[in-house]
Amino acid sequence: MKIAAEDITPVAFTVALFVLWEAACLLFRIDSFILPAPSQIFAAMVQYWGPLLRNSFVTLWTTAAGFLLAVAFGIGLGVVVGWSRAIYRGLYPVMIGFNSIPKVAVVPILIMWFGIGEIPAILTAFLISFFPIVVNVATGLATTEPELEDVLRALGASKLDIMRKVGIPRTGPYLFGALKVAITLAFVGAVVSETIGANAGLGHLMVQAGSNFQMPLVFAGLMALAIEGILMYAVFAVMEKRMVSWAFRSSMSAAG
Amino acid sequence: MIRLHDVTLSYRGRAGEVTALAHTSLAVGKGEFAAVVGPSGCGKSTLMKLVTGLIRPTKGKVEVDGAEVTGPVKIAGMAFQAANLLPWRSVLDNVMLPLEIVAPHRGRLGRERDAYRTRALDLLGVVGLRDFADRYPWEMSGGMQQRASLCRSLIHEPELLMLDEPFAALDAFTREELWVVLRDLWQRLGFTVVLVTHDLREAGFLADTIHVMSARPGQIVETRRVAFPRPRPLDVLYDPAFTDLVHSLRNKIAEVRQA
Repeated sequence: MKIAAEDITPVAFTVALFVLWEAACLLFRIDSFILPAPSQIFAAMVQYWGPLLRNSFVTLWTTAAGFLLAVAFGIGLGVVVGWSRAIYRGLYPVMIGFNSIPKVAVVPILIMWFGIGEIPAILTAFLISFFPIVVNVATGLATTEPELEDVLRALGASKLDIMRKVGIPRTGPYLFGALKVAITLAFVGAVVSETIGANAGLGHLMVQAGSNFQMPLVFAGLMALAIEGILMYAVFAVMEKRMVSWAFRSSMSAAG
Repeated sequence: MIRLHDVTLSYRGRAGEVTALAHTSLAVGKGEFAAVVGPSGCGKSTLMKLVTGLIRPTKGKVEVDGAEVTGPVKIAGMAFQAANLLPWRSVLDNVMLPLEIVAPHRGRLGRERDAYRTRALDLLGVVGLRDFADRYPWEMSGGMQQRASLCRSLIHEPELLMLDEPFAALDAFTREELWVVLRDLWQRLGFTVVLVTHDLREAGFLADTIHVMSARPGQIVETRRVAFPRPRPLDVLYDPAFTDLVHSLRNKIAEVRQA
């Protein structure tokens, strides 16, 4: 397989960014306490790889648990909301209201209820990420072509038949689009909760490193977060391509 | 096969009460090919929904196959201007979709999958799509999608085929090709057709009877029998008598649009 220029550019840009960063730190003699150079960050990553890996794993599993809850709940609620216009109209404002609460504000409450630990992180990840799933599933269902619905209803199809044969497969692209957003949000939720009150996780590690003035380690934590975030996004991007490939290819049929 | 007795349909629109159809009576015999023509917005699509039982008349009575329509009639197949094929299913699976829903077939489909598959492939063969059965809708042209859509509306062997401007979005040559396809399917299978269209040549070429509707509120203002012998070749389109028919229909529609 030939490697196209397009495949190299992301790597090239990342490397260039690090080189610029390193150069800037050297050139302007920036104190490593303000902004550590990439070389120092990588050194910290090598030195603390044990704790970094352990805490990354905690963040990963709280994110995943919160996200899975959000997927199950989000699809369920999305189907209910998309089922009929009346429910859609009734529930939508409630959900908008709920979604507009900054979830950071909820974390202290969760900590009061469940104590410091992994449960608040899981719940924050869940609360922050279910909304886009609900909205997208509901939208996918609500925008089923009326003619197609007529065709099936004239055949004697029940609402359930229409949902199973048309509505739910049709939400696929909407759902996977939402999953990519939701996994990133869940990650944000978990880390935010960990920085406020937890005894493990990358957020917790960074807060601790910060209070010990270990800036390279704080940045090493950031780097670990970035890597983890990209990996999770990539997993869902690949899944999306696999599962709903028709949605990508059908855009090319516009000419037909 | 289809009878409308003095049917009125009105609904509450944004600007108050809208009467889509007023005191309409219509009869279509078994096996007949009926066309409904008229200016846009004359309630032709409403008529389709009434006959298939998707909506109920405000006044009057709709009968299909001797029984009053009170809910969706299950003996109808439908096709619209947009082919509306499901992009995640292959052409064959799209055509077989009604079999997964219509009563006697949905129970048998699991056991007799191969027999039904053969039937779907045969039908696709009639419209010239046999080699495209495993393709996806978005890999095909508009005309091919519309052929597949016709197959989907016929796979469960409905006694009644309802077509709502099925060829309106196609170019002139493809449209004529599909007229021939529809003509042949109808002559082969002998179902009853109601074709809603505003293409007068299409109505004249295909139909036994043409019903002309007036602008809103819709009403059937004229019914005309088309006498050209069957099977009709495409050449009939260039027959002086055919031109006269289209011309007089055209005048009639111009007249009702003025009113």
